[in-house]
Amino acid sequence: MTNKHTISILVENKTGVLQRIAGLFTRRDFNIDNISVGKTSVENMSRITITTYGDDKTLEQIIKQLNKLIEVIKVREMKPDQTIRRQLALVKIHAPTEEDKSEIIQYTNIFRGKIADVTPKTITVEITGNPDKINALIDLLRPYGIKEMTKTGTTAITRGQKTL
Amino acid sequence: MKGSKLLIDKLKENGVDTIFGYPGGVLLPFYDALCESDINHILVRHEQAAAHAADGYARASGRVGVCLATSGPGATNVTTGVATANMDSSPVVVLTGQVPTAAIGTDMFQEVDTIGITMPISKHNFQPRSPKRIAEDIDKAFYIASTGRPGPVVIDLPRNVLEEEIDISSLTINTDIPGYKPTKKGNLKQIKKAINVINQSKKPIIVAGGGAILSDCGKQLYEFAKLANIPIATTLMGKGIISEYDELSLGMIGMHGIQTTNRALTECDCLIAVGCRFSDRSVSNATKFAPNATIIQIDVDPAEIGKTIHVDIPIVGDAKITLEEFINQMDKTDNANWTKELIAKKRDNEENISYTQIPLKPQECIKEIMEAVTADTIVTTDVGQNQMWMAHYYKTRNPRTFISSGGLGTMGFGLPAAMGAQFAKPDANVLAICGDGGFAMVSQELATIKENDLPVVVCILNNRYLGMVAQLQKLFNDHVYATKLTATPDFVKLADAYGIEGQRVEKVGQLRESIENAFKSREATLIDVAIDREELLPIVPPGQSLDKMKMTFDEE
Repeated sequence: MTNKHTISILVENKTGVLQRIAGLFTRRDFNIDNISVGKTSVENMSRITITTYGDDKTLEQIIKQLNKLIEVIKVREMKPDQTIRRQLALVKIHAPTEEDKSEIIQYTNIFRGKIADVTPKTITVEITGNPDKINALIDLLRPYGIKEMTKTGTTAITRGQKTL
Repeated sequence: MKGSKLLIDKLKENGVDTIFGYPGGVLLPFYDALCESDINHILVRHEQAAAHAADGYARASGRVGVCLATSGPGATNVTTGVATANMDSSPVVVLTGQVPTAAIGTDMFQEVDTIGITMPISKHNFQPRSPKRIAEDIDKAFYIASTGRPGPVVIDLPRNVLEEEIDISSLTINTDIPGYKPTKKGNLKQIKKAINVINQSKKPIIVAGGGAILSDCGKQLYEFAKLANIPIATTLMGKGIISEYDELSLGMIGMHGIQTTNRALTECDCLIAVGCRFSDRSVSNATKFAPNATIIQIDVDPAEIGKTIHVDIPIVGDAKITLEEFINQMDKTDNANWTKELIAKKRDNEENISYTQIPLKPQECIKEIMEAVTADTIVTTDVGQNQMWMAHYYKTRNPRTFISSGGLGTMGFGLPAAMGAQFAKPDANVLAICGDGGFAMVSQELATIKENDLPVVVCILNNRYLGMVAQLQKLFNDHVYATKLTATPDFVKLADAYGIEGQRVEKVGQLRESIENAFKSREATLIDVAIDREELLPIVPPGQSLDKMKMTFDEE
């Protein structure tokens, strides 16, 4: 059965590592739903979070093949119920009237988002959180007319004391 | 010290005595330093041959083979050899030249993104961007290439990195690779589980692959098989891990394997795979492969476990070390009936190959080749029917004496691989079996053979045909298209043009004599053998299970 999986990868911070990983996914016909990369607290080490779809067999191969890459230090699947997942979205919404603006601001506040920019005709909202929460706000904002939107990949960390 | 001098010193430190290479502009600093060293540089005539020669050197000796190509077209030419070594897990270090770091990314003359190109076809690659990195990257490259599951490692060398001066007294080398710690010892619990299954099985089979050859586990494998009385089949890459003249040997499995062995695989109740990756050419239809068997897989590469077929008991570890543990824990078991029966069946079904007609039947040629060689003769093959005739009919006696391009199926591999093997084993008799198609792809290497006085014997099974493709076309599409080689040159004259002894063989008995004489003379010899165009090789049609083997054209 095809499921959504979040995989966390600890890598050496070297030129080309991301290309190696992306290339592996392409070559072996694995899918990348979204990806985020950033440095860790350890020097010369980065962490890559990939969301992917596939059955258990595919997931097993993804993890094994990633482990084969020389610059990959650790690979873990992040169990959904033990994982904190966050995404950032910037949404520019059509808001020509004061009423529109006021409603959008209220929605944004309910979702603990921020107003990043306002012009006479638009309002730009910044929101971070669980991808589901972000989608919920976007659904509310869509009727006003979304002019432009950008999202980061999901980044994730395990709950509790466990570390990668 | 210049970067290039440091590089050469490091190569020597890693045991390099021979480099197969082709120079180019960005490599001038390298060649400047090389001419002052005692490393043997073999000038090939095409970079693809450099990589195949390094590969042949590695497969024949177990040591790391090294080749060198310049930037741009040199690097792209070498890639076929890199991919070939990668598919067959051959330890090769490939050095490529690169434009100076300051110019990288400007589409400079002869610039190509070698790192990007070789990423998916190598085990790993490096591009030292300062001479400081050379020492560390070379050490890491040799370590990565030769350990775990071996494979090719590419080192892309920008010109300025070779030219710049470096103070080696200030050099620190850290060869720790945090993400690379291959597992050598198989898990004991898993081994116990496997032994239980083997003890209870009535129809066990061992299938040994290229990994068994790479871990040099022939002695342990044989001891284990004897102890448990289990017959050993091999894949193409596993040929030679035990002598195919031995009574426990079942020969090759797979698409062009031995019919009784393939049938036995469908019947067996326990399959012990040793360093075998269950490729489609060995397994054919994965869902119908060994359907009744509990499958035990020993492999050093965890990613090979369960990649194509379901494995019941995976054991990650080096085959030699793991089999030693099996021997320690295993009691003598009794599958005598099954084993005896299988061996008898195989013997009965062995084709009685005795043909006397002209043109020669390839089977007759293989028989004569077997009569002309000794246990230590190294044969390399090209790709196509010549390769499968050899794989099917030729009985290999020792590991590392049957060298063939398995995974990538690279035409043009046989001749340069033979050159490499001859450099690795200067005293051995080396025989390259080629088809006329594959030989034509690399015939320029006769010059390299001549220049280095290599006593390589080249045997061309010449049917003026791209026989393998023609066979597939005939079997499945009922036509033959674009596979006739009507303008094949006179290979004897071609050999003569290179100053090499050339002979033509057309009659029974001549081939054996020619090969024996060529080995005796210790001179390079090309033997052009006129063989029958219409000769079918036993084949499992793609997608079928292994017991559905076609032996003739008419068979339904």
